[in-house]
Amino acid sequence: MISFLLNLVKNLFSVFLNILPILVVVTSFQLFVIKQPFPDLASTISGLFFVLIGLFLFIQGLEIGLFPLGEKMAFQFSAKGNIWWLLIFGFAIGFSTTIAEPALIAIAKKAGEIAAEANAIPHTSESIASYAFWLRVTVAFSVGAAISVGVFRIVKGWPIHWFIIIGYIFIISLTAFAPKEIVGIAYDSGGVTTSTITVPLVAALGVGLATAIRGRSPIVDGFGLIAFASLTPMFFVMLYGIIIY
Amino acid sequence: MDLIYHSANVLLGTFKDVLPIIGVILFFQLVVIRKKIDSPGRLVYGFFLVVIGLIIFMIGLEKGLFPLGEAMSRQLTTPLFLSNGDSALLEEIEKTGNVYPSLYFWTYIFGFFIGFSTTIAEPALIAVAMKAEEVSIGAISSWGLRLTVALGVAIGIALGCHRIVTGTPLHWYIIAGYLIVICQTYFAPRMIIPLAYDSGGVTTSTVTVPLVAALGIGLASSVPGRSVIVDAFGLIAFASLFPIITVLGYAIIAEWIAKRGRKVKLKKV
Repeated sequence: MISFLLNLVKNLFSVFLNILPILVVVTSFQLFVIKQPFPDLASTISGLFFVLIGLFLFIQGLEIGLFPLGEKMAFQFSAKGNIWWLLIFGFAIGFSTTIAEPALIAIAKKAGEIAAEANAIPHTSESIASYAFWLRVTVAFSVGAAISVGVFRIVKGWPIHWFIIIGYIFIISLTAFAPKEIVGIAYDSGGVTTSTITVPLVAALGVGLATAIRGRSPIVDGFGLIAFASLTPMFFVMLYGIIIY
Repeated sequence: MDLIYHSANVLLGTFKDVLPIIGVILFFQLVVIRKKIDSPGRLVYGFFLVVIGLIIFMIGLEKGLFPLGEAMSRQLTTPLFLSNGDSALLEEIEKTGNVYPSLYFWTYIFGFFIGFSTTIAEPALIAVAMKAEEVSIGAISSWGLRLTVALGVAIGIALGCHRIVTGTPLHWYIIAGYLIVICQTYFAPRMIIPLAYDSGGVTTSTVTVPLVAALGIGLASSVPGRSVIVDAFGLIAFASLFPIITVLGYAIIAEWIAKRGRKVKLKKV
């Protein structure tokens, strides 16, 4: 019992270290730079307590559930030996987690309003909504395709940097043609597509695949799926902008 | 009442996020793979912990941290704060709306530290760093990776704030950044490259995006002549570009030092 409690305190403390920097930064700026007391100290303290407990459970759950789940699926797929199902699975995970992503919904809506203001589409709520919807489909499709291609790369063991460098070159050249308003949104859409639950699952899937396939190193070949998923949306969003305008 | 409303909102958002994943996994597990998983109860329990943990985490952020961060971003960009008690300067700012870029000094510093500290608390990055340490058998330390990534985000946000104030076009920075990444890739040890690219996409999620967006919107609406839409966006792009540069840079330097150390040792022998 005592060792259990001791362990719990130790674990909680190591989780606390993760939020300590925020605590220090916010407190010192509020007191020494803005020089004002906290507006609602009780809310802040109870909020941070929630953050601590939530992060603790999240990290516990990663080890028990999400990591093993991703790895087991990777092993089962490679045991099955059918690469097509694996590619379809990658696409499905990418597409389905992105299409409902709240940050993407917000960005797509904003992009629709911008497009209407620039007179690229009619200024009605229907056309804005349809613009936003197809933008979301575009991004979700590109994330699905990215995971699929990334999985294929792991299976083949191709080095990642050629994909990324060629991707960047495409993005840089598209930037020159894309309407100015869409560029910022395109760049941002790359970062927001991968949610906190997708990331560990996809990371475990990649590492599991690289472990299961002979001749692949989990560290060299296993990572990189998330990089693919944040690269392709930028490309497709700019392309979408160019086609619509 | 407010808490209940917030919690319900977060709950709904997270379930929307989780349902498609569960659907896809179940479909492939039951229809395609059709094999029993050992200890399914434990997996479900772990998945449940992740979801509940994330929900509690988000409620805590929305209750305690986001309102405070937004208030601080607003305060740091008011003319009263910028003029720092100089009444002539305050009058000039209020009359003309012109602010020298250097007056935003504290905003840049705040951007730097808030970028750094929120990245350390980012759950997705914690997950990837844990995995990287496990897979590399300790060659990559979880904290080392996270501190390097956080430094990258910090530099990115500070520079991004400065860009909003000066109004330089976003794409010049992005293009320059990508060119640096391409050059670094050539020199970097092969092992770190995929992880470095991944860290760019991982940094910007639950904690960093809302706080950084608040800072960007606060800044863009206070600087005259900036459009909130065009300029406030783009901070996040900075926050996902610079970690790639710092992680690759750190790996290049670490390898160089290790090689030099080996050479020195050989000479001694």
